[in-house]
Amino acid sequence: MSTTEDHAPTPSENPAIEIEGLNKWYGSFHVLRDINLDVAERERIVICGPSGSGKSTLIRCINRLEEHQEGRIIVDGTRLTNDLKNIDAVRREVGMVFQSFNLFPHLTVLENCTLAPIWVRKTPKAEAEAIAMEYLERVKIPEQALKFPGQLSGGQQQRVAIARSLCMKPKIMLFDEPTSALDPEMIKEVLDVMVDLAQTGMTMLVVTHEMGFASQVADRVIFMDEGQIVEQNNPDEFFNNPQSERTKLFLSQILSH
Amino acid sequence: MYEPFHRTTDDMLRERPAPAATVGVIGWLRTNLFAGWINTALTLVTLYILWLAIPSFIGWAFIDAQLAGNDRFACTGDGACWAWLDQRINQFLYGFYPSEETWRVNIAFVLLFPALAPWLMENVPGDRYLRWFSVAYPVIATILLVGGFGLEVVQTDKFGGFMLNLTVGLAGIVLSLPIGIVLALGRQSRLPLIRWFSIIFIEAVRGVPLITLLFVSNIILPIFLPPDMALDSVIRVIVMVTAFASAYMAEVIRGGLQAIPKGQYEAAQAMGLNYSKAMRLIILPQALKISIPGIVNTFIGLFKDTTLVIVIGLFDILGIANAMVSNPDWLGLSTETYVVVALFFFSVCFSMSRYSIRLERRLDTDKR
Ligand SMILES: Nc1ncnc2c1ncn2[C@@H]1O[C@H](COP(=O)(O)OP(=O)(O)OP(=O)(O)O)[C@@H](O)[C@H]1O
Ligand SMILES: [Mg+2]
Repeated sequence: MSTTEDHAPTPSENPAIEIEGLNKWYGSFHVLRDINLDVAERERIVICGPSGSGKSTLIRCINRLEEHQEGRIIVDGTRLTNDLKNIDAVRREVGMVFQSFNLFPHLTVLENCTLAPIWVRKTPKAEAEAIAMEYLERVKIPEQALKFPGQLSGGQQQRVAIARSLCMKPKIMLFDEPTSALDPEMIKEVLDVMVDLAQTGMTMLVVTHEMGFASQVADRVIFMDEGQIVEQNNPDEFFNNPQSERTKLFLSQILSH
Repeated sequence: MYEPFHRTTDDMLRERPAPAATVGVIGWLRTNLFAGWINTALTLVTLYILWLAIPSFIGWAFIDAQLAGNDRFACTGDGACWAWLDQRINQFLYGFYPSEETWRVNIAFVLLFPALAPWLMENVPGDRYLRWFSVAYPVIATILLVGGFGLEVVQTDKFGGFMLNLTVGLAGIVLSLPIGIVLALGRQSRLPLIRWFSIIFIEAVRGVPLITLLFVSNIILPIFLPPDMALDSVIRVIVMVTAFASAYMAEVIRGGLQAIPKGQYEAAQAMGLNYSKAMRLIILPQALKISIPGIVNTFIGLFKDTTLVIVIGLFDILGIANAMVSNPDWLGLSTETYVVVALFFFSVCFSMSRYSIRLERRLDTDKR
């Protein structure tokens, strides 16, 4: 099991993600308000907060699935603007795992994993397949490679989705509630894979309410409410000594069930 | 209240066969034909109708039928009169195509199968080369049918019979699918010009009967096509039928596109696929798959609409049949004539329908 100390990031490093003065509106609804967030390389951040607080919107801004109206987002040195070249460059380096897996149902597990390396990174097919098998082994389902996603359980599908993202060799991984669509007995198999991944030193932003995962893996826990960052701290302090009233309320609700 | 109990290895229940009445032929009959009294009554009524219809049809079409003769007076029995087939089958197939050149039509027809095979079937030997052949096929077929390159030129107004239905139908099918896809994507485009053009095209073409489009084609088409091309009747029909089917196709495919969850687009984007790759590799394969019934429906409709060529003076198989029915030598044989016409259409349309069902099964990746 990992400890949070083994490679605590140093703030002086070049940040993997820089977010400054980020504001976003859906129509007239102010969904993200003045977000400032620097993520260091190899840092693992857990984002939590009540439903509708803007967690998904925030991480979806990082790979430009959502556009923002104000502020600056720099990912791996590339600033996100309307420039499609920059967007493509960022998306090549940032993997994303969704709550609903979003595997491609018409392709086999292996084809799901090799598609982007072949078509985006121009990796030769044989090499892409070798890489895919390596990651499928890491998420412990190499034997499912030739099946279709519809033939797998939810937990297996989510592990394939993680492997699929890793096949692009991303520098940063975003997770949007990766376990909330899963039955309890499958949550663990997915979390185990994520803990493993954290130990390899991947930069990770994880939206989750799995507080066990947060205290085990996170370098920093961020609490969002009403589109803003209300509190952030290391997991120890965050869980045992929350400062804001909203955080206390949220934690009491979440830990009560 | 319950008695606690547990089983030991010895008294665990063993597997036993399902009751005889639920499996095998009897089981099938029971569940499918005689489940409940309504079902049983329907089965009996259906059997009775079949009992009335089938023997009398077979008697008419085969047993009592007259096969040879020079005109309708040769047919004296109660059965069908097939004597005309021998004289007229060539017109049914080729229209007014010169009879010493019909071998060219036959070759074009035979070559159609290797041209279609690599697209319709899996694991066709040498399918990479066959695909190149498919691409060349329209040119080869056009040369064969129209002539040139040493072959005697046959004017397209000589085209007729079922060969005309097949030519127009196939050209329409092959063209309307890609055009329909482009229109469906265009209708969802973010660029207003492309979106408006697609919407106007689809709604304008869909809102007018095909027969009207054919009537006005000699006014509309010269605007878009070189004049000598636009006045060729067969090209006119192909263009109009294609435009008509494309508008329907676009709506069928749009339905398929809308059924694809947003998460599929997002996953494709997040992996760095650009618009055209995301469409080609992720979205369209799924959207087309769920649209197969609608697509084939449109194909079948298109194929039957090829009979409308009659309004611009071409004689397809139905036109030839109409002419024949009113010919004094063979007067009164309309049943026989139209049964034959129907069989031609049915065999093509039914094949398309069966093929689409097989294709759907093959592409079904959701079954466990
Ligand atoms: N496309 C959209 N158009 C308009 N409003 C939206 C859109 N997407 C999200 N919202 C709104 O923005 C707010 C933030 O949404 P977001 O999905 O980021 O919340 P979240 O913190 O991820 O919540 P959850 O825990 O339920 O996933 C919500 O109130 C939501 O209704
Ligand atoms: Mg969310």
